[in-house]
Amino acid sequence: MSRDAASSLRPDLAVIARHIEPATRVLDIGCGDGALMAALRDEKRVDARGLEIDPAQVEQCVARGLSVVQGDADRDLADYPDGAFDYAILSQTLQTAERPDLMLDQLLRVGRQAFVSFPNFAHWRMRRALLLHGRMPVTRHLPVSWYETQNIHHVTVTDFRELLFEKGVTADQSWFFAGGHEISPSGANWRAEYAVFQLSR
Amino acid sequence: MGRANSRFGPVMTARLADWADWQIGPIDTMRNLSQASRPMAPQTASQTYPLPASLPLDSGEALDGVTIAYETYGELAADRSNAILVCHALTGDQYLASPHPMTGKPGWWERMVGPGKPIDTDRFHVICANVLGSCMGSTGPASLAADGKPYAMRFPVITIRDMVRGLVALLDGLEIRQLHAVVGGSMGGMQALSMAANFPTRAARVLAIATTARHSAQNIAFHEVGRQAIMADPAWHGGDYYAQETRPVAGLSVARMAAHITYLSESGLTEKFGRRLQDRPDGTAGAKSFGFDADFQVESYLRYQGSGFTRRFDANSYLYITRAMDYFDLAEEHGGKLGNAFAGSPARFCLVSFDSDWLYPTAESRHVVHALNASGAPVSFVELSAPFGHDSFLLDVPALDRVVKGFLE
Repeated sequence: MSRDAASSLRPDLAVIARHIEPATRVLDIGCGDGALMAALRDEKRVDARGLEIDPAQVEQCVARGLSVVQGDADRDLADYPDGAFDYAILSQTLQTAERPDLMLDQLLRVGRQAFVSFPNFAHWRMRRALLLHGRMPVTRHLPVSWYETQNIHHVTVTDFRELLFEKGVTADQSWFFAGGHEISPSGANWRAEYAVFQLSR
Repeated sequence: MGRANSRFGPVMTARLADWADWQIGPIDTMRNLSQASRPMAPQTASQTYPLPASLPLDSGEALDGVTIAYETYGELAADRSNAILVCHALTGDQYLASPHPMTGKPGWWERMVGPGKPIDTDRFHVICANVLGSCMGSTGPASLAADGKPYAMRFPVITIRDMVRGLVALLDGLEIRQLHAVVGGSMGGMQALSMAANFPTRAARVLAIATTARHSAQNIAFHEVGRQAIMADPAWHGGDYYAQETRPVAGLSVARMAAHITYLSESGLTEKFGRRLQDRPDGTAGAKSFGFDADFQVESYLRYQGSGFTRRFDANSYLYITRAMDYFDLAEEHGGKLGNAFAGSPARFCLVSFDSDWLYPTAESRHVVHALNASGAPVSFVELSAPFGHDSFLLDVPALDRVVKGFLE
């Protein structure tokens, strides 16, 4: 991954891009405008496919020469064959899934490994907003009010680790971010605004 | 023709020029049309390619002396790598981006194909051929058989794959081994998918718009209505009308009217016509006639579409081509599994559907996408929002322009 391509990506995507082996097959679920897919294709000869719900974003991806299917991950992941990909990527989307636990199963069914990133609802700013003001937090990473947010399943780093344990999923690596920078893993459930996990069965 | 037509009465002049891109002109009555009708000789200024060998057909027969008429736009590169084949729909023809010689109307996809347009003729050599079975210069039921008489119903029943065999033979003749892309909407999309499945190395990119991998019961049912309308017309004469005074214009017109409804959306029809009444020819405001004139604007519009169609299309071609579409089932051709059809395909695919298309709804495109995913082929898919029903692929949908342009890059 060149410095240019990596630096133009969101920090969680840059971490994911750095840890994907070259010339592999990748499914990016909720791929947005295809920035990660394009970087993987151009810098690592990755065969990248995308799934995205927003037709305008799919259009942008197609215009970049990417292979992206418009669809709803909750419903359409089931149509992909077992083990079709080396990696399945779910960035900042887990908390919008109808059933994040079933989504995790699907990720590790279609991909040998998975990368999952999500906003950490136990970040200290969230805790403060609830504790001091008794209000649902509206922050830089969760900027939408409770009644219109797509984040219907708020999750914390500790919750996520618990789910992995229950499902027997291995966290091969994890990374934590605050203020747009990677931070150390210590006290991540307090300090991290969002987290990235590399998973396998 | 008499009885069936007299019930229609005179068709009112429609003032519907704002109806999207459809060009509406003065309307003939059906009676006038039938009186004016002559046996239709294929009139085409197109280039023609006589196939050097007989064409094997899915029916087991083979067709000798096949000619394919085609148009091209843009220069072919020295390495012959920049060719795009555009496949036309049921009643389309090779006049993709140049005026139709019989109607004088602009090419059917001029908004998409031309210099600087999404299918850019400054960069690509664009080929569009009249399909086998049609009537604009390629061999079809109106063509002369070996005995010097039109085939009529002696023409063999053909399939979408037979049409594609004809197109591939043309590509062989043009010495184009691999297309930059094969592109088609509706039946054109079926040909694009069929080419990908049966001749997987002939196109590097496959763009299939508003189409399906199989005709549904409803699709077949609507086509059967059209065919029965043609065959019930006394002027059809068992298909042998070419030497007669009249042609089965009433039946063909009804077939077109029924089909045309399936190309539109209910909301589109409601918005454009609602229950509005048609002004009378003397300029007085429309009123219910308590008869069977075209009281409603939508009736007048459909009659216009029907009668206009009969001036440029052969009724027997309509029978044969709708039959080919009804027989289309890409999975059936490949052991019952659609994924098999695309196994090992080296092409990139893009499918596009429209949310208001109830003829080939989004679920049909998704069905193809799932099969392509299962076979590991690189595929993009998007459902675009457009109000025009199935015909959206021909009309002003800027998002489609962007997808087509982007995919062909």
